[in-house]
Amino acid sequence: MTALTNLGVKDIRDGVAGGEFTAREVAEAFNAAVAEAASLNAFIVTTPDHALAAAEAVDAKRARGEDLGTMGGVPIGMKDLFATKGVQTTAASHILEGFNPQYESTVSQNLWDAGAGMLGKLNLDQFAMGSSNETSYFGNVNSPWRKAGSNAAMSPGGSSGGSSSAVAAHIAPAATGTDTGGSIRQPAAFTGICGIKPTYGRCSRWGVVAFASSLDQAGPMARTVEDCAIMLEAMAGFDPKDATSLKMDVPAWETGLSADLKGKRIGIPREYRMDGTDEAILKSWEQGKEWLRDAGAEIVDVSLPHTKYALPAYYIVAPAEASSNLARYDGVRYGLRDLPDGAGLQNMYAATRAEGFGDEVKRRILIGTYVLSAGFYDAYYNQAQKVRTLVSRDFAEAFDQCDAILAPTTPTASFPLGSLNDDPLTMYLNDVFAVPASLAGLPAMSVPATVNADGLPLGLQIVGKPFDEQGVLNAGLAIQRRANFTAKPEKWW
Amino acid sequence: MSVDKATVAKIASLARIKMGDDELERMVPELNNILEWVEHLGEVDVSGVEPMTAVIENHLRLREDVVDADPKTAGGRREDVLANAPAAEHGFFGVPKVIE
Repeated sequence: MTALTNLGVKDIRDGVAGGEFTAREVAEAFNAAVAEAASLNAFIVTTPDHALAAAEAVDAKRARGEDLGTMGGVPIGMKDLFATKGVQTTAASHILEGFNPQYESTVSQNLWDAGAGMLGKLNLDQFAMGSSNETSYFGNVNSPWRKAGSNAAMSPGGSSGGSSSAVAAHIAPAATGTDTGGSIRQPAAFTGICGIKPTYGRCSRWGVVAFASSLDQAGPMARTVEDCAIMLEAMAGFDPKDATSLKMDVPAWETGLSADLKGKRIGIPREYRMDGTDEAILKSWEQGKEWLRDAGAEIVDVSLPHTKYALPAYYIVAPAEASSNLARYDGVRYGLRDLPDGAGLQNMYAATRAEGFGDEVKRRILIGTYVLSAGFYDAYYNQAQKVRTLVSRDFAEAFDQCDAILAPTTPTASFPLGSLNDDPLTMYLNDVFAVPASLAGLPAMSVPATVNADGLPLGLQIVGKPFDEQGVLNAGLAIQRRANFTAKPEKWW
Repeated sequence: MSVDKATVAKIASLARIKMGDDELERMVPELNNILEWVEHLGEVDVSGVEPMTAVIENHLRLREDVVDADPKTAGGRREDVLANAPAAEHGFFGVPKVIE
């Protein structure tokens, strides 16, 4: 029998249901793998008891002949941006260190209701702000991948870098992620796994630490397209507690999977062919077109003329929303309080926030505060929201000519930790291909395509029409079957 | 438009983040690089374009006019609300004295 930790969501669920192994055995195997992998720094806290309790509940249900749920017996990693009752939730920040939620986020509750258990809370970029997992208060996350012939620590991407690292290292079969401007897709691409951000509103934001509310969406990260379909189905659903939750039924994405793309048209946006994109990435994009053609799709050229303005628009809209959302961290209601001797209320706020936020978070709060301030609101924020309308319109027009769009996920493969820290702007460019779909609220997925000359994974991105996660997953499945991506990081941890 | 140290100090004060001289000086070029870059947006012709207000068509719902309809967002949970407060006193959030 293969090691249990090599199994994904579907195989674990089906194996537990079929009695090949117990949920408890699975939880024990992953708890042990997590304990061994401390050098990845993928988890902020581990919760082996949670995983075991959920597994025992599933095993007991099976003994009674009850339904085990669509994720029955699957232990997962939970990004530490989701509030989990009684388990520290930090958003990888000092200001929330020790915060112990009295309630469970809707998405995590949905997963527990589907029979999943929790291995622990996964590290991330602080408040999900970053593309390399170097802004966490709890230290960098290491990718399990290394360049061939090098021992340099590589970035797992960000902000869901603990999630990508854990899934790629097989210390979790799957993990939750959140995507505001690429935070599921870019780390998935960097680590050779799959990740999907659904249409804005599919997954409830209730209980998810807010970064930029008009962009934040939760989604699954796993090693196969099928596993993503199963887990997204469990996570999604209407929630009256989130004002922007979509009041729509959750489609049966898993049973709807089909890699036959006959009659489908896949658009190739010409503006995504940008200077500075790695040759190996462009080659993988060409390969992706061939794979989709082989699956029966017709490849068509499309244009998204405002692509180059998407990233700057994002870096106004997202910090603006963040500056407002993060105003709640004031040292009064929860989290850190820094009260210098003799300080009044205002000085307590300022001291607490100075102590509790990291540099990148402060940078974004300042940018957001500036672009929303009197006299600059129209020039920056309103202009960016108008450009956002145009970016969204570009997609709507492109979708008159195609059913989904194929593009690279990132302009480069993973990079060594510490190598892009000199200039925030170069870090931001990592998300140049990911951000447009976020601004338009569209479903988008990254699937592994191949490895580059250094042996590092490269991902391909599929962007779909609103509500068409199925089309995205199907194109992803067509790529997965042809890419036959079997590369694995060599174990060093 | 670019910012100088005094402007950054003003923004930091609006954002309630205490910053020393060194930090302010470090922030000035970083913020200016970002602002210079986002100013490319000014090139875009947005005449007749409405700013985006909702990314996916959705209408705001009214919840049912029922007291404590959802126990998770209902009242009567003072202990839970105060559980993580750095200083909870007599069933309230405690703060430094604000009346001189």
